[in-house]
Amino acid sequence: MDWQAIWLSVRLAVSTTVILLAVGMPLAYWLAFSPHRWKFLVEAVVALPLVLPPTVLGFYVLLAIGPRSPVGALYGRLTGGMLPFSFQGLLVASVLYSLPFTVQPVAAAFAAVDRKLVEASWCLGVSRMATFRRVIVPLALPGIATGAILSFAHTMGEFGVVLMVGGNIAGVTRTVSISIYDQVQGLNYAAAAETSLFLVAVSFTVLALTYALQRRVWAIWPMS
Amino acid sequence: MASGFELDAELRLPLDESPVTVLFGPSGSGKTTLLRLLAGLDRPDDGAIRFRDGTWYDGGRGICLPPQQRRAVFLFQDCALFPHLTVAANVEYAARRETARRLMGVFGLAELADRFPRELSGGQQQRVAVARALAAEPALLLLDEPLSSLDAAARARIRQDLRRMLLSGGVPSIVVTHDRMEAVALGDWMAVMVGGRIRQAGPVQDVFRHPADAQVAESVGVENVLPAQIVSHHSGLLTVEVGTAQLQCVDSGETGPVVACIRAEDVALTRDSPQDSSVRNRLPGRVLSVIPEGPLARVEMDCGVPLVAVITAQSVDELQLKPGDDVCAVVKTTAVHLTAAPYFSRQRT
Repeated sequence: MDWQAIWLSVRLAVSTTVILLAVGMPLAYWLAFSPHRWKFLVEAVVALPLVLPPTVLGFYVLLAIGPRSPVGALYGRLTGGMLPFSFQGLLVASVLYSLPFTVQPVAAAFAAVDRKLVEASWCLGVSRMATFRRVIVPLALPGIATGAILSFAHTMGEFGVVLMVGGNIAGVTRTVSISIYDQVQGLNYAAAAETSLFLVAVSFTVLALTYALQRRVWAIWPMS
Repeated sequence: MASGFELDAELRLPLDESPVTVLFGPSGSGKTTLLRLLAGLDRPDDGAIRFRDGTWYDGGRGICLPPQQRRAVFLFQDCALFPHLTVAANVEYAARRETARRLMGVFGLAELADRFPRELSGGQQQRVAVARALAAEPALLLLDEPLSSLDAAARARIRQDLRRMLLSGGVPSIVVTHDRMEAVALGDWMAVMVGGRIRQAGPVQDVFRHPADAQVAESVGVENVLPAQIVSHHSGLLTVEVGTAQLQCVDSGETGPVVACIRAEDVALTRDSPQDSSVRNRLPGRVLSVIPEGPLARVEMDCGVPLVAVITAQSVDELQLKPGDDVCAVVKTTAVHLTAAPYFSRQRT
C-alpha cells in the first residue's frame, strides 16, 4: 500500500477542513443572516464546484495561481516558491473545491437557529461576535460537524482537481486517488485494490461516525 | 417600513412614577412592532426614541444605537430560553455570578438550577426568563404578551407573580398585551394602540373608566358602546337617547353625536321596574341569551339597542333568567360614559 500517498491525502484533507471551517463559518453566517438582495449570486458561486467538472475548476485555479497571475507573483515574491504542482497549490484548489460541502450544511444549520434566541442575546447586551460563539455555534454544532466531515471525506477522494493543479509528484502532490490511478495504469491491480479498499473503509468509517455523532448530539440538544 | 405597515406612535411615558406600563391594543395594532423598535431589533423609518437623558434613535441625526447599547431587555412570548444551557447558565448568561445567584434565590429557581429549559413548566420558564433579564441589569424591560403561552389557569396565577417580579427588579417595564385582565393586573400606566397609533395614554383605571373614543372603548373591552343623541342638559346632567330609551349621565362637555360606553359589569338586572331606588336609568328589554362564564354569566339583551350585562351566576339562578324573558336593565348614572362618536371626532376639534 502507498502509505506516503495516504499520509499526504490525510494531511491535505485535515488542512483543507481546518481552513474551510475558518473561511466557511463567516461566509455561512453572512449567507444565513444577511438581508442583502444580491446574496443569491454568492450562493450560486459557492455551489459552482458541485456542478463544474473538476477539470474546469482545476484549469482556472491553475491560471489563477500560476507565476504570471497576480496571486502567483505575490506568492513567489513572499516565499520564493511556486503554487502550481506544490502542496500549497493543492490546498488552495481543495479549499475551493470543497467549499460548498462546508458552507451549505453550516449555513443551513445557522439559519435553523431560532432568531429569537439570537435577538434575546443581543438585548441582554451580548455582542454579535459573542452571541455567535455562545448561542449560534453550539446550537448549529451538528451542522458544523457535518460540514467538516463532508469536506474531509470529499478531499480524501479528490482526483480531477489534484491532477490538474498538482500533477503526480510523490510525497508532494500524489494523493491516494492519484496513486490508485497510477497503479492501475501500471497494471499493478493488487496494489490498486488494496489502496482502494482502504479508501472505501476510511470513507465509510468517517461517514458512519458522523451519523452516529449527529444522533447523539441531537439527543443532547433537542431544538424544541 | 418595508412590510408596508404604518406605525405612527407619539408617546411619552412617565417611567419613573409608574413602574409598569401596559401597551394595550387588539392584534395587529402594532404593539409588538413598537416594542421591537424600542429594543433596537427593528429600525424605524424616521422619528426619535429617547430614554431618560440618552437618544436611542434619531432619524434626522442618523443615530441608531444597537440593542446591546440600549440595555432594553426584550422578553419574548415563548421566553426564548437558550435550550443548550441549564437554568443557572441561562440566568448567568449576561450577568455577574452573584447577581444571578441572588435573583435565582429570590425567584425560587435554586432547586431548578441544573435543569434544562425543556424540563420546565411554562410558569417556571417565565420565571427564568424574567430572572435572566433582570440579572443583566437592564435599563428597561420590554415584555411581549408575557402570559400568552400559558394555559388559562396558570395565567391567572402567574399574573400576580409577574407583577411582583417586575416590581422587585426596580426596573421600569413596558408590557404588551391584548388581555384586559392582564392590563389591569400588571399595569400602572396604560397606552392604548389601535391601527398603529397611540390613541390614549394614562393611568390604567382612568383609561378603562374614560376611554377617549369609541375605538378605544371597544378595544379596552367596554362591552356596551351605544350610539346616542344628546336630548337635554340640566344641572350638570345630560340626558341622551339610546335607541328608544333615555339615559342620564354626568355632563362631560360633549356635544353632537356621541356614544355611550357602559361596562357590562356595571349593568344590573331586575324583574320589575324599581320605582324608588336611586337608579335613574332603566331600560326595559328582552333576554336574548345567557352564557355562563365560570362564576359569572353574560346576559345579552335587546333593549331597543343591544345591551350586554355580566352578572353573577347566582343572580341568574335567583332571577331564573332565560332567553325570551322580559327584564329591566338598570345602570347607575355614573357608569355611563359619553365619548365622541368616532367618525365625527375630527370635525369637532
